[in-house]
Amino acid sequence: MQTKDRYIQQFDETQEMALTTKNLHIYYGDFEAISEADLQIPRFKITALIGASGSGKSTFLRSLNRMNDNVADVKGEIWYRDLNLNSKEIDVYAMRRQIGMVFQRPNPFPKSIYENITFALERHGITDKKELAERVETSLKQAALWEEVKDKLNQSALALSGGQAQRLCIARAIALQPDILLLDEPASALDPISTAQLEETLVNLKQHYTIVIVTHNLPQAARISDYTAHFSQGKVIEFNNTKETFTDPKVKLTNDYISGDFG
Amino acid sequence: MNAKRYDKLATGLLYTIAGIVVLILLLLLGFIIIRGLPQLSWSFLTTPSRAFTAGGGIGIQLFNSIYLLILTMLISMPIALGASIYLNEYAKPGKVTSIIRTMIEILSSLPSVVVGLFGFLLFVVQFGLSFSILSGALALTVFNLPLLTRSIEDALKSISNDQRNGGLALGISKWETVTKIILPAAVPSIVSGLILSAGRVFGEAAALIYTAGQSAPALNFANWNPFDIDSPLNPMRPAETLAVHIWKINSEGIMPDSSAVSAGAAAVLIIVVLIFNLLARWIGRLLFKRLTAGS
Repeated sequence: MQTKDRYIQQFDETQEMALTTKNLHIYYGDFEAISEADLQIPRFKITALIGASGSGKSTFLRSLNRMNDNVADVKGEIWYRDLNLNSKEIDVYAMRRQIGMVFQRPNPFPKSIYENITFALERHGITDKKELAERVETSLKQAALWEEVKDKLNQSALALSGGQAQRLCIARAIALQPDILLLDEPASALDPISTAQLEETLVNLKQHYTIVIVTHNLPQAARISDYTAHFSQGKVIEFNNTKETFTDPKVKLTNDYISGDFG
Repeated sequence: MNAKRYDKLATGLLYTIAGIVVLILLLLLGFIIIRGLPQLSWSFLTTPSRAFTAGGGIGIQLFNSIYLLILTMLISMPIALGASIYLNEYAKPGKVTSIIRTMIEILSSLPSVVVGLFGFLLFVVQFGLSFSILSGALALTVFNLPLLTRSIEDALKSISNDQRNGGLALGISKWETVTKIILPAAVPSIVSGLILSAGRVFGEAAALIYTAGQSAPALNFANWNPFDIDSPLNPMRPAETLAVHIWKINSEGIMPDSSAVSAGAAAVLIIVVLIFNLLARWIGRLLFKRLTAGS
Protein backbone atom coordinates (compact mmCIF):
# COMPACT_ATOMS: atom_id res chain seq x y z
CA MET A 1 0.00 0.00 0.00
CA GLN A 2 1.75 3.17 -1.14
CA THR A 3 -0.76 5.79 -0.37
CA LYS A 4 1.07 8.04 2.08
CA ASP A 5 3.38 11.00 1.38
CA ARG A 6 5.29 10.32 4.52
CA TYR A 7 5.58 7.38 6.90
CA ILE A 8 7.58 7.49 10.12
CA GLN A 9 7.47 4.47 12.38
CA GLN A 10 6.90 5.37 16.03
CA PHE A 11 8.58 3.43 18.79
CA ASP A 12 6.99 2.57 22.08
CA GLU A 13 8.62 3.83 25.26
CA THR A 14 10.48 0.64 26.09
CA GLN A 15 12.79 1.02 23.09
CA GLU A 16 16.01 2.71 24.12
CA MET A 17 17.08 5.55 21.82
CA ALA A 18 20.66 6.50 20.98
CA LEU A 19 19.84 9.74 19.25
CA THR A 20 16.70 11.77 18.65
CA THR A 21 16.47 14.78 16.37
CA LYS A 22 13.78 17.42 16.70
CA ASN A 23 12.89 20.32 14.40
CA LEU A 24 16.16 19.95 12.58
CA HIS A 25 16.87 22.48 9.85
CA ILE A 26 20.24 22.68 8.15
CA TYR A 27 21.25 25.51 5.86
CA TYR A 28 24.14 26.08 3.50
CA GLY A 29 23.88 29.84 3.15
CA ASP A 30 20.32 30.39 1.91
CA PHE A 31 19.85 26.82 0.76
CA GLU A 32 17.93 24.63 3.15
CA ALA A 33 19.52 21.18 2.87
CA ILE A 34 17.44 19.59 5.62
CA SER A 35 13.94 20.79 6.36
CA GLU A 36 12.19 17.90 8.05
CA ALA A 37 14.21 15.16 9.67
CA ASP A 38 12.76 14.23 13.03
CA LEU A 39 14.28 10.83 13.61
CA GLN A 40 14.61 8.41 16.49
CA ILE A 41 17.68 6.24 16.20
CA PRO A 42 17.40 3.10 18.33
CA ARG A 43 20.31 1.92 20.44
CA PHE A 44 22.40 -1.13 19.44
CA LYS A 45 20.85 -1.23 15.99
CA ILE A 46 22.09 -0.38 12.56
CA THR A 47 20.14 2.43 10.96
CA ALA A 48 20.71 3.01 7.26
CA LEU A 49 20.19 6.41 5.65
CA ILE A 50 19.36 6.06 1.97
CA GLY A 51 18.32 8.48 -0.72
CA ALA A 52 19.46 10.06 -3.96
CA SER A 53 22.55 12.28 -4.10
CA GLY A 54 21.75 15.70 -2.72
CA SER A 55 18.87 14.42 -0.60
CA GLY A 56 20.63 15.61 2.56
CA LYS A 57 21.47 12.29 4.22
CA SER A 58 25.22 12.97 4.52
CA THR A 59 24.54 16.50 5.74
CA PHE A 60 22.21 15.05 8.36
CA LEU A 61 24.78 12.45 9.43
CA ARG A 62 27.63 14.96 9.71
CA SER A 63 25.49 17.23 11.86
CA LEU A 64 24.92 14.49 14.43
CA ASN A 65 28.46 14.83 15.81
CA ARG A 66 28.83 18.48 14.83
CA MET A 67 31.24 17.88 11.96
CA ASN A 68 29.21 20.50 10.11
CA ASP A 69 30.23 23.31 12.47
CA ASN A 70 31.67 26.13 10.36
CA VAL A 71 30.34 24.44 7.22
CA ALA A 72 26.58 24.56 7.58
CA ASP A 73 24.14 26.31 9.84
CA VAL A 74 22.36 23.73 11.98
CA LYS A 75 19.13 24.70 13.77
CA GLY A 76 17.08 22.47 16.03
CA GLU A 77 17.76 19.83 18.63
CA ILE A 78 19.82 16.65 18.62
CA TRP A 79 19.20 14.68 21.81
CA TYR A 80 21.77 12.27 23.12
CA ARG A 81 20.91 10.89 26.57
CA ASP A 82 19.70 14.06 28.26
CA LEU A 83 21.94 16.42 26.33
CA ASN A 84 21.06 18.60 23.38
CA LEU A 85 24.19 18.19 21.25
CA ASN A 86 23.31 21.16 19.11
CA SER A 87 23.86 23.72 21.84
CA LYS A 88 26.76 26.04 22.57
CA GLU A 89 27.57 24.48 25.95
CA ILE A 90 28.49 21.11 24.45
CA ASP A 91 32.22 20.29 24.44
CA VAL A 92 32.36 18.97 20.89
CA TYR A 93 35.69 17.22 21.46
CA ALA A 94 34.42 15.24 24.43
CA MET A 95 31.16 14.54 22.59
CA ARG A 96 32.96 13.17 19.51
CA ARG A 97 34.68 10.69 21.75
CA GLN A 98 31.22 9.20 22.35
CA ILE A 99 30.01 9.65 18.79
CA GLY A 100 32.70 8.59 16.35
CA MET A 101 32.72 8.90 12.59
CA VAL A 102 34.20 7.00 9.67
CA PHE A 103 34.39 8.62 6.27
CA GLN A 104 33.85 7.70 2.66
CA ARG A 105 37.54 7.59 1.76
CA PRO A 106 39.75 5.67 4.16
CA ASN A 107 41.91 8.28 5.91
CA PRO A 108 44.55 6.55 8.03
CA PHE A 109 47.08 8.98 9.49
CA PRO A 110 50.59 8.84 8.03
CA LYS A 111 51.76 6.97 11.11
CA SER A 112 52.20 3.31 11.99
CA ILE A 113 49.17 1.04 12.33
CA TYR A 114 49.71 0.98 16.10
CA GLU A 115 50.02 4.75 16.40
CA ASN A 116 46.93 5.28 14.28
CA ILE A 117 44.94 3.71 17.10
CA THR A 118 46.89 4.96 20.12
CA PHE A 119 47.13 8.54 18.89
CA ALA A 120 43.63 9.61 19.88
CA LEU A 121 43.73 7.48 23.05
CA GLU A 122 46.85 9.30 24.23
CA ARG A 123 45.30 12.66 23.42
CA HIS A 124 42.37 11.65 25.62
CA GLY A 125 44.67 10.88 28.51
CA ILE A 126 45.22 7.12 28.24
CA THR A 127 48.96 6.67 28.54
CA ASP A 128 49.36 3.34 30.31
CA LYS A 129 51.36 1.16 27.87
CA LYS A 130 49.55 -2.02 28.81
CA GLU A 131 46.11 -0.55 28.41
CA LEU A 132 47.07 0.99 25.07
CA ALA A 133 48.29 -2.37 23.78
CA GLU A 134 45.08 -4.02 24.95
CA ARG A 135 42.90 -1.44 23.31
CA VAL A 136 44.83 -1.79 20.05
CA GLU A 137 44.35 -5.54 20.05
CA THR A 138 40.68 -5.43 21.04
CA SER A 139 39.72 -2.77 18.55
CA LEU A 140 41.60 -4.44 15.70
CA LYS A 141 39.90 -7.73 16.54
CA GLN A 142 36.49 -6.08 16.65
CA ALA A 143 37.21 -4.48 13.29
CA ALA A 144 38.27 -7.92 11.94
CA LEU A 145 41.73 -6.67 11.03
CA TRP A 146 43.87 -8.18 13.79
CA GLU A 147 44.83 -11.38 11.98
CA GLU A 148 46.01 -9.46 8.93
CA VAL A 149 48.15 -6.88 10.71
CA LYS A 150 49.21 -8.33 14.07
CA ASP A 151 52.76 -8.96 12.80
CA LYS A 152 53.24 -5.54 11.28
CA LEU A 153 51.75 -3.12 13.78
CA ASN A 154 54.79 -0.87 13.47
CA GLN A 155 54.55 -0.56 9.73
CA SER A 156 53.05 2.43 8.00
CA ALA A 157 49.27 2.44 7.80
CA LEU A 158 49.60 3.95 4.34
CA ALA A 159 50.75 0.58 3.00
CA LEU A 160 47.39 -1.06 3.82
CA SER A 161 44.88 -1.85 1.08
CA GLY A 162 41.74 0.30 0.84
CA GLY A 163 39.60 -2.26 2.66
CA GLN A 164 42.17 -2.78 5.40
CA ALA A 165 42.66 0.97 5.79
CA GLN A 166 38.92 1.46 6.18
CA ARG A 167 38.75 -1.26 8.84
CA LEU A 168 41.70 0.43 10.57
CA CYS A 169 39.69 3.67 10.59
CA ILE A 170 36.83 1.77 12.21
CA ALA A 171 39.22 0.23 14.74
CA ARG A 172 40.63 3.69 15.44
CA ALA A 173 37.11 4.98 16.13
CA ILE A 174 35.98 2.07 18.33
CA ALA A 175 39.23 2.07 20.33
CA LEU A 176 37.80 5.16 22.02
CA GLN A 177 34.86 2.96 23.08
CA PRO A 178 32.20 5.32 21.78
CA ASP A 179 28.46 4.84 22.06
CA ILE A 180 27.62 5.58 18.49
CA LEU A 181 29.42 5.11 15.18
CA LEU A 182 28.47 7.29 12.24
CA LEU A 183 29.58 5.97 8.86
CA ASP A 184 29.44 8.05 5.70
CA GLU A 185 29.37 5.66 2.73
CA PRO A 186 32.22 3.67 4.24
CA ALA A 187 32.27 1.02 1.51
CA SER A 188 31.90 3.19 -1.58
CA ALA A 189 35.64 3.21 -2.28
CA LEU A 190 36.09 -0.51 -1.69
CA ASP A 191 35.99 -3.60 -3.91
CA PRO A 192 33.23 -6.23 -3.39
CA ILE A 193 35.36 -8.54 -1.23
CA SER A 194 36.48 -5.72 1.09
CA THR A 195 32.89 -4.51 1.18
CA ALA A 196 31.66 -7.93 2.30
CA GLN A 197 34.28 -8.03 5.06
CA LEU A 198 33.32 -4.53 6.16
CA GLU A 199 29.63 -5.44 6.30
CA GLU A 200 30.38 -8.49 8.40
CA THR A 201 32.41 -6.29 10.74
CA LEU A 202 29.54 -3.84 11.11
CA VAL A 203 26.97 -6.52 11.86
CA ASN A 204 29.23 -7.88 14.61
CA LEU A 205 29.80 -4.41 16.02
CA LYS A 206 26.16 -3.68 16.70
CA GLN A 207 26.27 -5.77 19.89
CA HIS A 208 28.26 -2.94 21.45
CA TYR A 209 27.58 0.09 19.33
CA THR A 210 24.78 1.98 17.71
CA ILE A 211 25.58 2.38 14.04
CA VAL A 212 24.21 4.94 11.61
CA ILE A 213 25.33 4.38 8.04
CA VAL A 214 24.80 6.44 4.92
CA THR A 215 24.88 4.26 1.83
CA HIS A 216 24.07 4.41 -1.86
CA ASN A 217 24.23 0.66 -2.02
CA LEU A 218 20.63 -0.45 -1.47
CA PRO A 219 21.35 -4.19 -1.23
CA GLN A 220 23.89 -3.27 1.44
CA ALA A 221 21.28 -1.33 3.41
CA ALA A 222 18.90 -4.28 3.06
CA ARG A 223 21.56 -6.77 4.16
CA ILE A 224 22.96 -5.12 7.25
CA SER A 225 20.53 -2.57 8.66
CA ASP A 226 17.68 -2.96 11.12
CA TYR A 227 16.03 0.33 10.27
CA THR A 228 16.07 2.42 7.13
CA ALA A 229 15.38 6.11 6.68
CA HIS A 230 14.71 7.34 3.18
CA PHE A 231 15.72 10.94 2.53
CA SER A 232 14.32 12.93 -0.33
CA GLN A 233 14.95 16.62 -0.95
CA GLY A 234 15.89 17.41 2.62
CA LYS A 235 13.08 15.43 4.23
CA VAL A 236 12.83 12.01 5.77
CA ILE A 237 9.88 10.64 3.86
CA GLU A 238 9.96 7.10 5.18
CA PHE A 239 11.38 5.52 8.29
CA ASN A 240 10.62 1.94 9.15
CA ASN A 241 12.26 -1.34 9.93
CA THR A 242 14.41 -2.35 7.00
CA LYS A 243 12.50 -5.46 6.07
CA GLU A 244 9.27 -3.58 5.61
CA THR A 245 10.91 -0.66 3.88
CA PHE A 246 12.29 -2.93 1.22
CA THR A 247 9.40 -5.38 0.88
CA ASP A 248 6.41 -3.18 1.55
CA PRO A 249 7.26 0.53 1.30
CA LYS A 250 4.50 2.81 2.46
CA VAL A 251 5.48 5.81 0.35
CA LYS A 252 5.46 5.80 -3.43
CA LEU A 253 8.75 7.72 -3.74
CA THR A 254 10.46 5.08 -1.62
CA ASN A 255 9.06 2.35 -3.79
CA ASP A 256 10.29 4.19 -6.88
CA TYR A 257 13.72 4.70 -5.38
CA ILE A 258 14.33 1.15 -4.23
CA SER A 259 13.00 -0.32 -7.45
CA GLY A 260 15.12 2.04 -9.51
CA ASP A 261 12.13 3.76 -11.08
CA PHE A 262 12.77 7.49 -11.11
CA GLY A 263 10.57 8.33 -14.12
CA MET B 1 47.04 12.47 -41.07
CA ASN B 2 47.13 16.21 -40.57
CA ALA B 3 46.41 15.94 -36.85
CA LYS B 4 49.25 13.50 -36.50
CA ARG B 5 51.69 15.85 -38.22
CA TYR B 6 50.63 18.80 -36.12
CA ASP B 7 51.06 16.73 -33.03
CA LYS B 8 54.57 15.75 -34.08
CA LEU B 9 55.42 19.35 -34.86
CA ALA B 10 54.09 20.63 -31.54
CA THR B 11 55.87 17.91 -29.59
CA GLY B 12 59.13 18.73 -31.36
CA LEU B 13 58.68 22.41 -30.60
CA LEU B 14 58.04 21.78 -26.91
CA TYR B 15 61.08 19.52 -26.70
CA THR B 16 63.20 22.26 -28.28
CA ILE B 17 61.97 24.88 -25.82
CA ALA B 18 62.63 22.61 -22.86
CA GLY B 19 66.03 21.82 -24.34
CA ILE B 20 66.89 25.54 -24.59
CA VAL B 21 66.07 26.03 -20.90
CA VAL B 22 68.29 23.12 -19.91
CA LEU B 23 71.05 24.33 -22.24
CA ILE B 24 71.07 27.83 -20.72
CA LEU B 25 71.36 26.38 -17.25
CA LEU B 26 74.14 23.98 -18.23
CA LEU B 27 76.09 26.73 -20.05
CA LEU B 28 75.82 29.02 -17.05
CA LEU B 29 76.81 26.36 -14.55
CA GLY B 30 79.58 25.05 -16.80
CA PHE B 31 81.03 28.49 -17.39
CA ILE B 32 81.09 29.43 -13.72
CA ILE B 33 82.35 26.09 -12.48
CA ILE B 34 85.02 25.60 -15.17
CA ARG B 35 86.35 29.09 -14.56
CA GLY B 36 86.15 28.86 -10.78
CA LEU B 37 87.09 25.29 -10.02
CA PRO B 38 90.86 25.72 -10.63
CA GLN B 39 90.92 28.51 -7.99
CA LEU B 40 89.45 26.31 -5.29
CA SER B 41 91.69 24.93 -2.61
CA TRP B 42 91.44 24.39 1.11
CA SER B 43 93.37 27.58 1.81
CA PHE B 44 91.15 29.57 -0.57
CA LEU B 45 88.10 28.39 1.36
CA THR B 46 89.58 29.10 4.79
CA THR B 47 91.93 32.11 4.65
CA PRO B 48 90.76 35.71 4.98
CA SER B 49 90.55 37.90 1.88
CA ARG B 50 93.27 40.42 1.03
CA ALA B 51 92.48 43.88 -0.27
CA PHE B 52 95.74 44.79 -2.04
CA THR B 53 97.84 41.68 -2.60
CA ALA B 54 97.23 38.41 -4.41
CA GLY B 55 96.57 35.08 -2.70
CA GLY B 56 93.59 36.04 -0.51
CA GLY B 57 90.76 33.62 0.25
CA ILE B 58 87.09 33.78 1.13
CA GLY B 59 87.12 32.10 4.54
CA ILE B 60 85.48 34.86 6.51
CA GLN B 61 82.89 35.61 3.82
CA LEU B 62 81.94 31.96 3.63
CA PHE B 63 81.54 31.78 7.39
CA ASN B 64 79.53 35.03 7.39
CA SER B 65 77.19 33.71 4.72
CA ILE B 66 76.50 30.54 6.68
CA TYR B 67 76.07 32.34 10.01
CA LEU B 68 73.77 34.93 8.46
CA LEU B 69 71.75 32.17 6.84
CA ILE B 70 71.30 30.35 10.14
CA LEU B 71 70.27 33.53 11.97
CA THR B 72 67.84 34.46 9.20
CA MET B 73 66.24 31.02 9.28
CA LEU B 74 66.00 31.09 13.09
CA ILE B 75 64.12 34.38 12.90
CA SER B 76 61.95 33.74 9.85
CA MET B 77 61.03 30.10 10.39
CA PRO B 78 58.78 30.51 13.47
CA ILE B 79 57.09 33.59 12.02
CA ALA B 80 56.47 31.93 8.66
CA LEU B 81 55.24 28.77 10.34
CA GLY B 82 52.79 30.68 12.50
CA ALA B 83 51.57 32.79 9.61
CA SER B 84 51.04 29.83 7.32
CA ILE B 85 49.27 27.76 9.97
CA TYR B 86 46.98 30.71 10.61
CA LEU B 87 46.31 31.31 6.92
CA ASN B 88 45.75 27.71 5.94
CA GLU B 89 44.09 26.23 9.01
CA TYR B 90 42.37 29.01 10.92
CA ALA B 91 41.71 32.02 8.70
CA LYS B 92 38.14 32.17 7.44
CA PRO B 93 37.75 33.31 3.85
CA GLY B 94 36.92 37.00 3.93
CA LYS B 95 38.22 40.50 3.67
CA VAL B 96 40.90 40.33 6.36
CA THR B 97 42.36 37.11 5.01
CA SER B 98 42.46 38.38 1.47
CA ILE B 99 44.13 41.61 2.61
CA ILE B 100 46.80 39.57 4.44
CA ARG B 101 47.38 37.45 1.36
CA THR B 102 47.67 40.48 -0.89
CA MET B 103 50.19 42.04 1.51
CA ILE B 104 52.30 38.89 1.52
CA GLU B 105 52.27 38.87 -2.27
CA ILE B 106 53.33 42.50 -2.43
CA LEU B 107 56.08 41.84 0.09
CA SER B 108 57.36 38.95 -2.00
CA SER B 109 57.49 41.05 -5.15
CA LEU B 110 59.54 43.87 -3.59
CA PRO B 111 62.95 44.12 -5.28
CA SER B 112 65.63 42.97 -2.85
CA VAL B 113 67.56 46.21 -3.18
CA VAL B 114 64.48 48.06 -1.92
CA VAL B 115 64.28 45.67 1.01
CA GLY B 116 67.97 46.40 1.62
CA LEU B 117 67.50 50.16 1.64
CA PHE B 118 64.46 49.83 3.87
CA GLY B 119 66.51 47.63 6.18
CA PHE B 120 69.25 50.27 6.17
CA LEU B 121 66.83 53.01 7.24
CA LEU B 122 64.96 50.94 9.81
CA PHE B 123 67.46 48.51 11.34
CA VAL B 124 70.80 50.20 10.71
CA VAL B 125 69.85 53.84 11.29
CA GLN B 126 66.60 53.91 13.26
CA PHE B 127 67.22 50.95 15.55
CA GLY B 128 70.90 51.81 15.75
CA LEU B 129 72.02 48.28 14.94
CA SER B 130 74.63 49.69 12.50
CA PHE B 131 76.08 47.52 9.76
CA SER B 132 75.80 44.16 11.42
CA ILE B 133 74.87 40.55 10.98
CA LEU B 134 71.70 41.24 12.94
CA SER B 135 70.65 44.06 10.59
CA GLY B 136 71.40 41.76 7.66
CA ALA B 137 69.46 38.87 9.14
CA LEU B 138 66.45 41.12 9.80
CA ALA B 139 66.53 42.48 6.25
CA LEU B 140 66.83 38.96 4.87
CA THR B 141 63.90 37.92 7.05
CA VAL B 142 61.76 40.58 5.38
CA PHE B 143 62.98 39.27 2.03
CA ASN B 144 62.51 35.61 2.93
CA LEU B 145 59.30 35.68 4.96
CA PRO B 146 56.72 35.87 2.17
CA LEU B 147 58.34 33.09 0.15
CA LEU B 148 58.74 30.83 3.14
CA THR B 149 55.19 31.50 4.30
CA ARG B 150 53.88 30.67 0.85
CA SER B 151 55.87 27.45 0.61
CA ILE B 152 54.82 26.23 4.07
CA GLU B 153 51.23 27.14 3.30
CA ASP B 154 51.40 25.11 0.08
CA ALA B 155 52.85 22.21 2.04
CA LEU B 156 49.94 22.35 4.51
CA LYS B 157 47.42 22.78 1.72
CA SER B 158 48.63 19.62 0.04
CA ILE B 159 47.55 17.55 3.05
CA SER B 160 44.10 16.14 2.36
CA ASN B 161 41.12 17.47 4.30
CA ASP B 162 40.30 13.84 5.09
CA GLN B 163 43.18 13.97 7.57
CA ARG B 164 41.72 17.03 9.33
CA ASN B 165 38.28 15.39 9.49
CA GLY B 166 39.89 12.20 10.73
CA GLY B 167 41.47 13.99 13.66
CA LEU B 168 38.39 16.04 14.54
CA ALA B 169 36.09 12.99 14.34
CA LEU B 170 38.19 11.29 17.01
CA GLY B 171 37.53 14.16 19.36
CA ILE B 172 40.99 15.60 18.95
CA SER B 173 41.13 19.39 19.21
CA LYS B 174 41.82 21.45 16.15
CA TRP B 175 45.17 22.63 17.47
CA GLU B 176 46.34 19.07 18.14
CA THR B 177 45.01 17.90 14.80
CA VAL B 178 47.07 20.61 13.12
CA THR B 179 50.24 20.19 15.15
CA LYS B 180 50.24 16.41 15.58
CA ILE B 181 48.73 15.17 12.31
CA ILE B 182 48.84 17.84 9.61
CA LEU B 183 52.21 19.37 10.45
CA PRO B 184 54.15 16.08 10.67
CA ALA B 185 52.57 14.94 7.41
CA ALA B 186 53.72 18.19 5.82
CA VAL B 187 57.25 18.13 7.25
CA PRO B 188 58.92 16.66 4.15
CA SER B 189 57.64 19.40 1.86
CA ILE B 190 58.19 22.06 4.54
CA VAL B 191 61.84 21.01 4.80
CA SER B 192 62.20 21.05 1.02
CA GLY B 193 60.78 24.56 0.93
CA LEU B 194 63.02 25.62 3.78
CA ILE B 195 66.18 24.40 2.07
CA LEU B 196 65.20 25.93 -1.27
CA SER B 197 64.61 29.30 0.36
CA ALA B 198 67.93 28.85 2.17
CA GLY B 199 69.55 28.67 -1.26
CA ARG B 200 67.98 31.99 -2.22
CA VAL B 201 69.01 33.62 1.06
CA PHE B 202 72.56 32.31 0.67
CA GLY B 203 72.93 33.90 -2.75
CA GLU B 204 71.33 37.24 -1.88
CA ALA B 205 73.52 40.32 -2.20
CA ALA B 206 71.45 43.43 -2.80
CA ALA B 207 69.54 43.26 0.48
CA LEU B 208 72.79 42.92 2.42
CA ILE B 209 75.01 45.62 0.94
CA TYR B 210 73.45 48.32 3.13
CA THR B 211 72.59 46.17 6.11
CA ALA B 212 75.27 43.58 6.87
CA GLY B 213 77.86 45.87 5.33
CA GLN B 214 80.69 45.42 2.88
CA SER B 215 83.60 44.76 5.18
CA ALA B 216 84.83 41.54 6.68
CA PRO B 217 86.89 42.38 9.75
CA ALA B 218 89.34 39.74 10.88
CA LEU B 219 87.86 37.10 13.15
CA ASN B 220 89.44 35.10 15.90
CA PHE B 221 88.11 31.60 15.39
CA ALA B 222 89.37 30.63 18.82
CA ASN B 223 87.03 33.08 20.53
CA TRP B 224 83.42 31.89 20.62
CA ASN B 225 82.11 34.43 23.11
CA PRO B 226 79.35 36.17 21.14
CA PHE B 227 79.93 39.44 23.03
CA ASP B 228 83.53 39.90 21.91
CA ILE B 229 84.08 42.07 18.88
CA ASP B 230 86.42 39.63 17.12
CA SER B 231 84.27 36.58 17.85
CA PRO B 232 82.75 34.87 14.80
CA LEU B 233 79.47 34.57 16.71
CA ASN B 234 79.14 38.27 17.51
CA PRO B 235 75.92 39.30 15.73
CA MET B 236 76.74 43.01 16.03
CA ARG B 237 79.81 42.99 13.79
CA PRO B 238 79.72 44.01 10.13
CA ALA B 239 79.84 40.97 7.90
CA GLU B 240 80.43 40.89 4.19
CA THR B 241 78.93 37.71 2.74
CA LEU B 242 80.11 35.67 -0.22
CA ALA B 243 77.58 37.16 -2.65
CA VAL B 244 78.37 40.71 -1.52
CA HIS B 245 82.08 39.93 -1.82
CA ILE B 246 81.65 38.85 -5.44
CA TRP B 247 79.74 42.02 -6.21
CA LYS B 248 82.37 44.12 -4.45
CA ILE B 249 85.52 42.73 -6.05
CA ASN B 250 83.91 42.93 -9.46
CA SER B 251 82.97 46.55 -9.03
CA GLU B 252 85.91 47.92 -7.05
CA GLY B 253 88.34 45.09 -6.35
CA ILE B 254 91.96 46.26 -6.54
CA MET B 255 93.80 43.08 -5.65
CA PRO B 256 95.87 41.83 -8.61
CA ASP B 257 94.08 38.47 -8.73
CA SER B 258 90.58 39.91 -8.38
CA SER B 259 89.15 38.07 -11.38
CA ALA B 260 90.48 34.73 -10.11
CA VAL B 261 89.08 35.34 -6.61
CA SER B 262 85.75 36.38 -8.09
CA ALA B 263 85.61 33.26 -10.29
CA GLY B 264 86.47 31.03 -7.35
CA ALA B 265 83.95 32.71 -5.05
CA ALA B 266 81.23 32.47 -7.71
CA ALA B 267 81.92 28.76 -8.13
CA VAL B 268 81.66 28.20 -4.38
CA LEU B 269 78.38 30.12 -4.27
CA ILE B 270 76.89 28.15 -7.15
CA ILE B 271 78.06 24.83 -5.74
CA VAL B 272 76.58 25.57 -2.32
CA VAL B 273 73.26 26.59 -3.86
CA LEU B 274 73.29 23.42 -5.97
CA ILE B 275 73.96 21.35 -2.87
CA PHE B 276 71.00 23.06 -1.18
CA ASN B 277 68.77 22.09 -4.09
CA LEU B 278 69.87 18.48 -4.14
CA LEU B 279 69.64 18.26 -0.34
CA ALA B 280 66.09 19.61 -0.50
CA ARG B 281 65.00 16.75 -2.75
CA TRP B 282 66.94 14.08 -0.92
CA ILE B 283 66.00 15.08 2.63
CA GLY B 284 62.38 15.65 1.61
CA ARG B 285 62.14 12.12 0.22
CA LEU B 286 63.99 10.61 3.16
CA LEU B 287 61.79 12.37 5.71
CA PHE B 288 58.65 11.34 3.89
CA LYS B 289 59.70 7.70 4.04
CA ARG B 290 60.79 7.94 7.65
CA LEU B 291 57.69 9.78 8.88
CA THR B 292 55.11 7.73 7.06
CA ALA B 293 56.64 4.39 7.98
CA GLY B 294 56.09 4.87 11.69
CA SER B 295 58.80 4.61 14.29
